[in-house]
Amino acid sequence: MFRDGSLVAANIFILVMAISAIASLLVFQDASRFLIDSIQGKVDISVYFKFETPEEDILRVKDAVSEVPEVKGVDYVSRDKALNEFTEKHKDNPILMESLAEVGNNPFLASLNIKAFEASQYEAIASFFDNAKFESIVEKVDYHQRRPVIERIYSLTSGLNRVGVVFSVILVLVAVLVAFNTIRLAIYNSREEIKIQRLVGASNWFIRGPFIVQGVISGFFAALICLALFAGLCWAFNSRAESLFPGLGLLGFFLGNFWIIFLVQLATGIGLGATSSFIAVRRYLKV
Amino acid sequence: MVKFQNISKIYPPNTVALDDISFDIEEKEFISLVGKSGAGKTTLLRMLLAEEKPTTGQVFFDGKDVNKIKSDKLPELRRKIGSVFQDYKLLPSKTVYENIAYAMEVVGASDGEITRDVTEVLNIVGLTNKYCNFPAQLSGGEKQRVAIARALIHRPEVILADEPTGNLDPYHTLDIIRLLLKINEFGTTVILATHNKDVINSLGKRVITLQDGKIIRDEERGRFTL
Repeated sequence: MFRDGSLVAANIFILVMAISAIASLLVFQDASRFLIDSIQGKVDISVYFKFETPEEDILRVKDAVSEVPEVKGVDYVSRDKALNEFTEKHKDNPILMESLAEVGNNPFLASLNIKAFEASQYEAIASFFDNAKFESIVEKVDYHQRRPVIERIYSLTSGLNRVGVVFSVILVLVAVLVAFNTIRLAIYNSREEIKIQRLVGASNWFIRGPFIVQGVISGFFAALICLALFAGLCWAFNSRAESLFPGLGLLGFFLGNFWIIFLVQLATGIGLGATSSFIAVRRYLKV
Repeated sequence: MVKFQNISKIYPPNTVALDDISFDIEEKEFISLVGKSGAGKTTLLRMLLAEEKPTTGQVFFDGKDVNKIKSDKLPELRRKIGSVFQDYKLLPSKTVYENIAYAMEVVGASDGEITRDVTEVLNIVGLTNKYCNFPAQLSGGEKQRVAIARALIHRPEVILADEPTGNLDPYHTLDIIRLLLKINEFGTTVILATHNKDVINSLGKRVITLQDGKIIRDEERGRFTL
């Protein structure tokens, strides 16, 4: 069956590429969801209040903001709390500490940290403060500075996803074409034997079966190679990814989703191999 | 048993290979189809195996129109018709025994059945002592006997022999024709397509002569005349 070694190798290679592309899409979608979630978790709107604003006024605003349907949660950070958080965070940085001491009093403003359910809702929440009655107490609304970051991540991930889908479709088409031609050549190379099988009354599936099986076996091996490739890549880039995006453990993700990844790869490999063989057999192996 | 009814075959654009051919073949008959190369002999044989469809007309085998047989039932038809060709069509990587056994393996016969039947046909064609030889180690006549043995293995109702002596010297030709006659005596219908004049004249059996896709002669005890 595997007499055409180089052909089969090329077939498996292109199948590995196609399976990798499809499996990468899956992994990428998960990774980008993780990235967006973690960034969204960090993103909020900070509304800073003027120094002289009394705490009761701020708490009143907090209650009012909580009523807005897009708002998921509101945290009040008092001036003292802001100072404490700053000193706690930068206690090992003498320059910052010295500058703080130089200022003398608490330079921080009280703020409300507002979280929305979805990134797209921040606009609506920010507009809540575009109101004349808040003008006297609100120093600034820190949203617009973060907006481009959120939007860039969104457009980047959705753009990458689109490119991934197009790339996968192209690879799948190439893989089907190569697998199809491999089987076609295998049929051509076995034409004498096929003629004899027909002559002696072999059943249709006795003649066609081996070619379909050849496609399935190629797909199976391609899936195995792909799995090994993924394991290797996840292991190699694990620490690098973790340092770039804390919490994104590639190896952990791979091991946690091992069976899903394996099944997707296996199904893609076997599906592509079997489908292309089936088309080739239907087309070139008339019984 | 076999009936060709108003068969025409036209290859595009307008090459007429067969032109309104009709004849019947009875059970246990030995019939020869003669004619020049391209007269349409092989096309007729391929039509009986449903490997080729007539442009018009019908081919009946055991009362059934072979072109109406579903593709998954065609192997059953082909098991009832044994075929022998000029180029033997043996698998070079298999021995004599394996080549014949292969025809049984493809239909899922058991090892016991295969041993019993292959031994029997090897005996009929006289190749018992060469069962482990490869085709390359056999003479042309011996190769053709292996092909005949393989054609016999399913106990077919008909043997189609398309130029079986085309590659053989006169001695082996005679040998093969004797074997086909013996098979015919056992009760198998034989359809022999040939342009070997001596073979036809020595047989003294029914001869159908084709020329330019038409039957020009159908004689009970025919001779080779073109």
